[in-house]
Amino acid sequence: MAWINHSILKPMSYFGNIFRGIKTLLTGMSVTGKVFLNNNKNSITQQYPENRDTLKMFNRFRGEVVMPHDENNEHRCTGCQKCELACPNGTIEIIWDRKVDPETGKKKKMIDKHIYHLGMCTMCGLCIEACPTDAIVWAQNYENSVYDRTKFTRILNQPGSKLKAGVED
Amino acid sequence: MNISLNITKTIQELLQGFMGEDSAYYGAMITVALIYLAIFAVAGLYLVLLERKVAAWFQLRLGPNRVGFWGLFQTMADALKLVSKELTGTVKADKFLYNLAPYFVIVSSLMALAVFPFTQGFQAFDINIGIFFLIAISSIGVIGILLGGWSSNNKFALIGAMRSGVQTISYELSVGLSLITMVLLTGTLQLSEIIEVQKNGWLIVQGHIPAIIAFCIYMIAGTAETNRAPFDMVEAESELGAGFHTEYSGMKFAYFFLAEFINMFIIAAIGTTIFFGGWLSPFGVTESLPWLGVFWFLAKTLILVFLMMWFRWTFPRLRVDQLLTLEWKYLLPLNLLNIVLMAIMVWLGLTIQF
Repeated sequence: MAWINHSILKPMSYFGNIFRGIKTLLTGMSVTGKVFLNNNKNSITQQYPENRDTLKMFNRFRGEVVMPHDENNEHRCTGCQKCELACPNGTIEIIWDRKVDPETGKKKKMIDKHIYHLGMCTMCGLCIEACPTDAIVWAQNYENSVYDRTKFTRILNQPGSKLKAGVED
Repeated sequence: MNISLNITKTIQELLQGFMGEDSAYYGAMITVALIYLAIFAVAGLYLVLLERKVAAWFQLRLGPNRVGFWGLFQTMADALKLVSKELTGTVKADKFLYNLAPYFVIVSSLMALAVFPFTQGFQAFDINIGIFFLIAISSIGVIGILLGGWSSNNKFALIGAMRSGVQTISYELSVGLSLITMVLLTGTLQLSEIIEVQKNGWLIVQGHIPAIIAFCIYMIAGTAETNRAPFDMVEAESELGAGFHTEYSGMKFAYFFLAEFINMFIIAAIGTTIFFGGWLSPFGVTESLPWLGVFWFLAKTLILVFLMMWFRWTFPRLRVDQLLTLEWKYLLPLNLLNIVLMAIMVWLGLTIQF
């Protein structure tokens, strides 16, 4: 604002400062005035829970970690345990075993259970960054509260699922 | 004594039917006071709601909309909550002054309401020094703020109160001088007569250039006088907590809060009465229906209130030195020049009369 610099010492700019001050004030008021008049269209308030059927969270939202499975019940997790190592507070536990691969007949590291404790997760996202095969991603669900703490312990790989072919190559 | 009491007189005559003359006089006074108290307590609550709604719309939000239709009972619920809350205080507070301060603030703002003519003859107290009374009363509120800040025994409250003192004493000059500029045009201090003068055109039209300058100065100084943003260093949240009312809770806090909004209404109402013709309708469209004056008065006042809210949600807060520079180096000299300009204009008869 124009009256900040004490330019009353320079008499020539005294009235200039007043007019410049008024001009900047009116500029600011026109900006907020336009926002005020267009509020109906632009209001960003989400009226939860009335709109819970239509409310879609944005893509960057971190709801919980999930492991997507395709239609053949196949996931992309190789059981490399990089996510387990990356997790700063032990949220992820992977129970794995060396089993005989039915296709090649060789012994191979395969996951039995990919256990994820949502109650301990800080949503830091280091596991998802660490995953070399993009097996785990963020879900955008936001209603995560449950009545029992044990329900926070989730097994991410579905029963009977197996590794998608070609992920390890 | 040239004092006529319009509403008061009507009620007094009503009461004289069943009680003595003296008791009817005091009874009428008390009745009018209670009516005004009730109406403006509720009006203050709805001004708070309006402020919250307007603030929300300026910030791309929706504002309160859960309590009652369109949130209409939100501030009622807030007031009920405040009434039911415990009144806390600091240990070493000056208890007497601490308890007295809120009443100073609220009483001074309610007293000012008595002199406004809401429409023809609808005025509690038509005093012949109306504007002088208003300026004098609006200065008393700062005593309450200073007392509250001083007696709270809290450094933030004290700093806030002292800032308020600096600010109100400085800006009182500008409010007074800009109103005196208009008094040059009206030749009277009585509010009902000022409105009579404006039947030849609202004063902002009659006085054209100097009147518009006076109105701008009045709105700036009036905003500062009510301690509202951008001049709200009194309660600058980031620096002082809540300022002078940090230590107040419950209903005492509500008095301060309500007084702020009633003061805003008063500043807008003075502006309406002096510059925009009070209860007169534009171009005299409803001249035959004087009771519609209430509508016109409130409509004009709410437009000015909205202008002050617009200021609040647009401009950043000033520093204390910037505040004083604005007043003493810009507004006051301009105001003095403006009085001379207005005097010359009235002397030469350059006013616009319809």
